[in-house]
Amino acid sequence: MRFAFSEDQLLIQQTLAEMLEKECSHEAVEAAAKSASGRVPGLWQQLVAMGIPAVALPEAQGGLGGDELDLVLLLQEAGRRALPEPLAETAAVAAPLLRELGGELAAEWLPRIAEGAVVVVGLASEPFVGFADGAELLILERGGELFALAPSAVKCEAQRSVDDARRIARVEWSASPAARIASGERAAALAAAAFERSALAAAAQLVGLGRYMVDLTVAYAKGREQFGQAIGAFQAVKHQIASAHLKLEFARAIVQHAAYTLAKGWDSRQLDVSTAKALAGDAAHLCGRAALQCHGAIGYTYEYHLHLWLKRAWALEKAFGDAPWHRRRAAALLLDGRAPSEAAPQAPARDPARLRGRRAP
Amino acid sequence: MDLTYSAAEEAFRAEARAWLEANVPKDLPPLDSAEGFPLHVAWEKQLFANRWAVVSWPKAYGGREASVIEWLIFEEEYYRAGGPQRATQNGIFLLAPTLFEFGTQEQQDRILPKLAAAEELWCQGWSEPGAGSDLASLSARAERVDGGFRLYGQKTWATRGSFSHKLFGLFRSEPGSQRHKGLSYLLVDLHQDGVTVRPIDKLDGGEGFAEIFFDGAFVPDADVLGGVGKGWEVAMATTGSERGLTLRSPGRFLATATRLIELCRSQPEAAGERLRDRVADAWMQAEAYRVFTLESVTRIVEGRAVGADSSLMKVHWSELDVALHETALELLGASAELAPGAPASADRGRWIEGYQFALAGPIYAGTNEIQRNIIAERILGLPRK
Repeated sequence: MRFAFSEDQLLIQQTLAEMLEKECSHEAVEAAAKSASGRVPGLWQQLVAMGIPAVALPEAQGGLGGDELDLVLLLQEAGRRALPEPLAETAAVAAPLLRELGGELAAEWLPRIAEGAVVVVGLASEPFVGFADGAELLILERGGELFALAPSAVKCEAQRSVDDARRIARVEWSASPAARIASGERAAALAAAAFERSALAAAAQLVGLGRYMVDLTVAYAKGREQFGQAIGAFQAVKHQIASAHLKLEFARAIVQHAAYTLAKGWDSRQLDVSTAKALAGDAAHLCGRAALQCHGAIGYTYEYHLHLWLKRAWALEKAFGDAPWHRRRAAALLLDGRAPSEAAPQAPARDPARLRGRRAP
Repeated sequence: MDLTYSAAEEAFRAEARAWLEANVPKDLPPLDSAEGFPLHVAWEKQLFANRWAVVSWPKAYGGREASVIEWLIFEEEYYRAGGPQRATQNGIFLLAPTLFEFGTQEQQDRILPKLAAAEELWCQGWSEPGAGSDLASLSARAERVDGGFRLYGQKTWATRGSFSHKLFGLFRSEPGSQRHKGLSYLLVDLHQDGVTVRPIDKLDGGEGFAEIFFDGAFVPDADVLGGVGKGWEVAMATTGSERGLTLRSPGRFLATATRLIELCRSQPEAAGERLRDRVADAWMQAEAYRVFTLESVTRIVEGRAVGADSSLMKVHWSELDVALHETALELLGASAELAPGAPASADRGRWIEGYQFALAGPIYAGTNEIQRNIIAERILGLPRK
């Protein structure tokens, strides 16, 4: 029993944090929000040069052979800097899907991801696809089957997000048999895994977004003076920030825990991911509210950059199941012994102590 | 990261589970009652006789030298089996960590075995009528005399004070000293002249509190813990024990969350979607406490400091405990008000009884408002003034 990251994992996190502090400053994110691409020029290439999108690729395909646990700290950092790049979409979702799919498509695209190709996954449960416009390959789910399409075979209808530094689109496409890459139980398993990974990646970014908003607010409350003292000395301000930090710390631990159980394929992984997404969404929301309230009017301006973090959190809170959805799923797992979408239960409800599951299947 | 248990840890769990399932007493009357107290003490003696009272302690004092992970496992199994609240908790979870850190060999040898065996029960002497959250304003004094001190003044809210033999507490040993300075951590025999103990009934009617008046009671030099005038440092060094995991390990909340799930399953007609969500959320908060504790324990094992994080834990578990019980009472609906002993009561009034106990959580061990100040100032670095 050891709940801690390895030195290697912490070193990559630190390296990424230092790079993003320079290259993904809030000015860079603000500029991205105003640009057509919504991205930071050259940043993806730098991430590729560092090997970040390849962390979870097999070693044979130019990766580090990592898993969800190796990615979770990096996704937290991405959230902390409101990174407007497809790290979650490509590295944490598309790459593992291709790895599990195997075959020619994986052999072709995994090395290309290591070299910087953007691949995205569009799940049937999600109305919009992040970074669809500009992706070099789209893996799309429809009718219980998975299809792989080139950008020329789809039409991306860009949607303006409340977060100006976020690029999402509705993808229109037709499902041709030639493009089909999986069907039946195999497609269902691949799509289900992609959903869990997407929800976990969103949760990890929410933890980072919340962290940034709390830290920014602490710095502001130390410097801003009213009634002859720093506003951070007032209990009404202190307690709001303390409550946000408190929720966030427990959410962080539970997100890292879900990364572990997902990586290990434990029976409890759906429940763990739902717990992670619900607590991270609620925590980031609270951090955003506390940050805005404690900043006062300056935080409410477009000029001050807090709004970009706030809005990214709003978007990710709702994507891949919001907190109420994940609580409903958890309730079904805990009380009925099955996920809500599954068929009527044959087996009796599972023992929640056992569901908390310490053993791999 | 490795969240699996070793074969030895699983064997420890199996041994604890088997013994607890066979021996945990069912349906004991409340601990804080004249009728229930001796039965709870008898249970503590049975735990001690089988070396389950203080599993993490040295074998010489009745323990098993269990690791902190094994201690967490024991706690999970204890509450899973339905074990009652520990009558010895103030001694084993609050005084003992301080004794291990600051006590002399003589003090440890003399005090710890009787404490673990429930032969001597201890209560805490922190609060005074004028010193609650602002503990450093305390005024009960210890006057220097030949061979020790004589005590004058009053302590209050001493949990189970009227059932206890001894008290550990802070007294002002330097005349005229202010605030945190000039205090000593003293171990006081309550069964002597110059001590008057008056019980105070708690919210639930149980005889759980006492106020204690000192008028010349004697404390020998051998019963000063950690040095004269060092009381504040000694007391604060182990407040983390009270706030964090030793007093309230995840096991008890996991057991309550499991009972809540069973209650919800047994009342499907009462559990609409909103209540099912609340049950799920309460379970998630208990799970988050379990996971956060694993991280803290890893830091302890690897010699890294936990520090003010115990304040995060204290706010979390106390709010979690209230949420678990409020959700259960909502599921019970109009039956929620039924007290233990009501003929129509389901679960013998355990939920309403547990709710009243849970409501104390945000108040004792430093109110949650004080904890939020600590989080803001010591963890986040916000200014004190």
